[in-house]
Amino acid sequence: MSDVVEKTLSALPSLLSLDSQAGAGKLSPSSKLGNLIKGITELTSKHEEERLIKKELESIKEQVASPNTTMRQMKEIMVRAIYCEMLGYQASFSYIHAIKLAQQGSVLEKRVGYLAVSLFLNETDEFLLLLVNTVLKDLQSTNLIEVCMALTVVSQMFPKDMIPAILPVVEEKLTHPKEIIRRKAVLALYKFYLIAPNQVQHIHSKFRKALCDKDPGVMTASLHIYLQLIKENPESYKDLTGSMVTILRQVVGGKLPLDFNYHSVPAPWLQIQLLRILAYLGKEDQGTSEMMYDVLEESLRRAEMNHNITYAILFECVKTIYTVHPKSQLLEKAAECIGNFVLSPKINLKYLGLKALTYVVQQDANLALPHQMTIIECLDHSDVIIKRETLELLFRITNAQNVTVIVEKMLEFLRLTYNVWFIQTMNSVFSLGGDVMQPDIPNNFLRLLAEGVDNVEDRQLRLFAVDSYVSLLQGETAKLPQRFLQVISWVLGEYSYLREEESDPGSVMRLLARLLDQRHTSTETRSWVLGAMTKLCSSPVYSGSLNTVLRQKAQELMILSQDTKLRARVLPAEDSSLSFLDGYVSEALAAGAAPYKSPHQRQEDLVQEKALSLEPYGLSLPVSLSSCSITDRRSPTLLSMSSGLSGNSTELSHQEGSTTLKLEGVKRVWGKDGYLAQQQSAGETPTPLVELPSPLLSPQSPPSQTQKPSSGLEPDQEKRQLASSLFVGLGSHNSVCLVRFPSTVWLFIKHCQSANQSNVVKALFKPLPLLLPVPLTVSTGDYGKMWLSFSHDLKQNLQLVTTEHQEPLTATLDALKGKLHLHVVDIIGSEGIVACRLLQGPGQGQPCLLHCRVHADSLAVWLRSPVPELPDSLLYHCQKALTET
Amino acid sequence: MLSSLANKLSSKMRFMLLFSRQGKLRLQKWYTATAERDKKKMVRELMQVVLARKPKMCSFLEWRDLKIVYKRYASLYFCCAVEEQDNELITLEVIHRFVELLDKYFGSVCELDIIFNFEKAYFILDEFLMGGEIQDTSKKSVLKAIEQADLLQEEDESPRSVLEEMGLA
Repeated sequence: MSDVVEKTLSALPSLLSLDSQAGAGKLSPSSKLGNLIKGITELTSKHEEERLIKKELESIKEQVASPNTTMRQMKEIMVRAIYCEMLGYQASFSYIHAIKLAQQGSVLEKRVGYLAVSLFLNETDEFLLLLVNTVLKDLQSTNLIEVCMALTVVSQMFPKDMIPAILPVVEEKLTHPKEIIRRKAVLALYKFYLIAPNQVQHIHSKFRKALCDKDPGVMTASLHIYLQLIKENPESYKDLTGSMVTILRQVVGGKLPLDFNYHSVPAPWLQIQLLRILAYLGKEDQGTSEMMYDVLEESLRRAEMNHNITYAILFECVKTIYTVHPKSQLLEKAAECIGNFVLSPKINLKYLGLKALTYVVQQDANLALPHQMTIIECLDHSDVIIKRETLELLFRITNAQNVTVIVEKMLEFLRLTYNVWFIQTMNSVFSLGGDVMQPDIPNNFLRLLAEGVDNVEDRQLRLFAVDSYVSLLQGETAKLPQRFLQVISWVLGEYSYLREEESDPGSVMRLLARLLDQRHTSTETRSWVLGAMTKLCSSPVYSGSLNTVLRQKAQELMILSQDTKLRARVLPAEDSSLSFLDGYVSEALAAGAAPYKSPHQRQEDLVQEKALSLEPYGLSLPVSLSSCSITDRRSPTLLSMSSGLSGNSTELSHQEGSTTLKLEGVKRVWGKDGYLAQQQSAGETPTPLVELPSPLLSPQSPPSQTQKPSSGLEPDQEKRQLASSLFVGLGSHNSVCLVRFPSTVWLFIKHCQSANQSNVVKALFKPLPLLLPVPLTVSTGDYGKMWLSFSHDLKQNLQLVTTEHQEPLTATLDALKGKLHLHVVDIIGSEGIVACRLLQGPGQGQPCLLHCRVHADSLAVWLRSPVPELPDSLLYHCQKALTET
Repeated sequence: MLSSLANKLSSKMRFMLLFSRQGKLRLQKWYTATAERDKKKMVRELMQVVLARKPKMCSFLEWRDLKIVYKRYASLYFCCAVEEQDNELITLEVIHRFVELLDKYFGSVCELDIIFNFEKAYFILDEFLMGGEIQDTSKKSVLKAIEQADLLQEEDESPRSVLEEMGLA
């Protein structure tokens, strides 16, 4: 295929005129379909196409309705109808004729009829009921081809409720002399098992016969069923382990007919299926696992040819080895194998290597260590899919020491990929996460906004943030967390100028002023707001504003801010406890500054250290900050503090190494009052709060531009540093401590991949989708006790599932049980009690109880749990499960 | 590690699409019931995503809650949606095997063959994958089944009793 000459559509018309062209006999350009296709390719606009198809559909409609149309013509018409549907035009009038063709046509016409039916209809379509008798008839036909067609259509779609009607006949086919029929029958039964497991329960023994079928194809087909059965209930099938191992050994050893080889690899699909089955059988079962070690090792060894298909087997093999009871020797080999994937220059293999690593680091985070540099490289890969997979890997090795860097990388990824979405998401994160959020998160967020070259894209992102905050502030602000308000203030102060043209310049100022006036605004937040206002008033937008009051205030503020003496006279500070600095101090603390130590304490420290540190800045930085400083010396909170409040070019002087000079300055202003330590460690200059030299005030110069922390480093060295901050803490302990926030961000990343943006934003307000309930087996008595002790509850009516064979309550609970793995404790009359426990997510390991009562046409559900989020999130999943049923 | 796998009902293929570089759909096979409107939306969205990918990029995508595995052969994109925890490489080989089958059947297949004989392509696919699961991995037997049926086509004029006899044979 790779050497196929590329023939594009543009060449089509000329090709069509050449009858001698290869495959021309099959092309049949003279047929009606040929004419239609040819006609369409000659068109130049969508509009013309619509017109042509409309005409075509009308002609088809006329023909199918005519009593003179033969089945043979009908077959040809149906192909054209399929074509129109594929182009996106509805030909629903032809559906009934497709069924008719399947019913009444000869074998070949029937084949097209069945094809059209399987393309046009869904298994929920009522039309399909018309087909049941035809299928039944064809299944019993003496013509093998008709039987095959019927089995094919049955496995593609069949009304669930009609399965009993054809089940005996399909079952009979399991003993058919032709292997192709047996194989298709097995697959049809597999399909029945998937959509209605209860219906095929009685023929499990026949599945065993299929497993032992002398034809490898039939045996392979039966493994689909076994994989499913074993996945659901591994305990009942442990006795099959020996057989599965034997089959795999034979396959790997090349005992199957050569026909089953694919690129010289024996039956790869079968091998993979068997490896999956072994994984389920050997999971958490040492005895069973020991039976398969040898064959797993052999699989690893045999799959050495350099072809995709062997890598596919290897990948599955590694997964199995890491799923079953561990054997160190095998694990080593598997890890080596993963290494080959990761290091491969082929991008697909690299991807799978990252994926495999992501699996295995959950068991042993150290496995990531040998691949640090590759992982760092993948983090900057041009393919966003690789990048994303790398982030997932990093997410799995997050611990308390590297959380800052990893979250930062995640946010960077988000920003690059989804601008608007990113801001909206972060708004939600801030609104919901609020003040309990780790200070790193707002820091990193602000840094992301501030970083980067001042290109159009960055500006758009900032403008979008500003706009979204302005509209937020115009609404109810009382509920916004303080930390979010601080972020808002900073962004507005820094980037409001971007919207100057489109709005009244005073509006942002008024919004900020409103914040200041509000009682619930904390002192800390007030200082941020003031900082923002100060920045704003220096902007020509305000100082030159037509609004005289605003202009006067702005000018006053500007002058006062530049003239300390004047300010001291006009606004004397009478606060001897310096409480006006409280916000500032806690800000600095939050940003990582060392806490205040009394002179007495400091004396003690000095005695311990025996030496005066000449570099108090670096030494006093806490771990998290120093790790994030690998790529950037400061956290954005500090950025904002320095640019927004003090504004002195600390960073520059810092880099020049003028430590001593600054220390002197500090002393002069503050004496020995103790604030010195905090000021220093936060990287601040000791200038008074509102002394604002203008250069840095200017919003046009994002703070990040004033510094290039890693400029002196070689790129490689930079990577090494990044590696050391990413993989910090991995070697030291094995248990991976997952910090909660990365998982939130990770979920967002997952989300934005899996859904469109509006859904994502909606999803944010829904419970986390990571909910993984497992059955909680309790007695009715224990249930009662637990019920009384749980404080968080929720009531809601759900829709009932109705089936013919079961009580609505039983049916609904069964559906929930099946989909969500809940444990039905008891059913008493019209009431049922259900229990589950959560594997992951916010309420890990915590129980949630459900009390269900049938009430009129709905199910009144009452959920209780010790964790507040659980009932809500479980309810959401119940609703989802039931609507899907 | 397997907890995320255990809750899924099955791991079969959700759908397969063939479309051209120009974004024209050439074949679509859905293995799970999907509303017509959703199908159209998904096809459109997916084509956009896949066509925007550069040649050197990897063949896998995470899209909605699915894993997309795609490969370009000449002017045609073959694109499969499988469950997220499925083996991507083997799916890539499913595509490749299908292409091989088409190639063998049509004799150096090109997009035109599939445009004009899409129903044949569907028949081959149905013989290869059944309900989204690999049915027959042997190239020979898939084509044998198709050719058997095709043989009937050429003798379409002959009376029905003969057809039945052939089916018996």
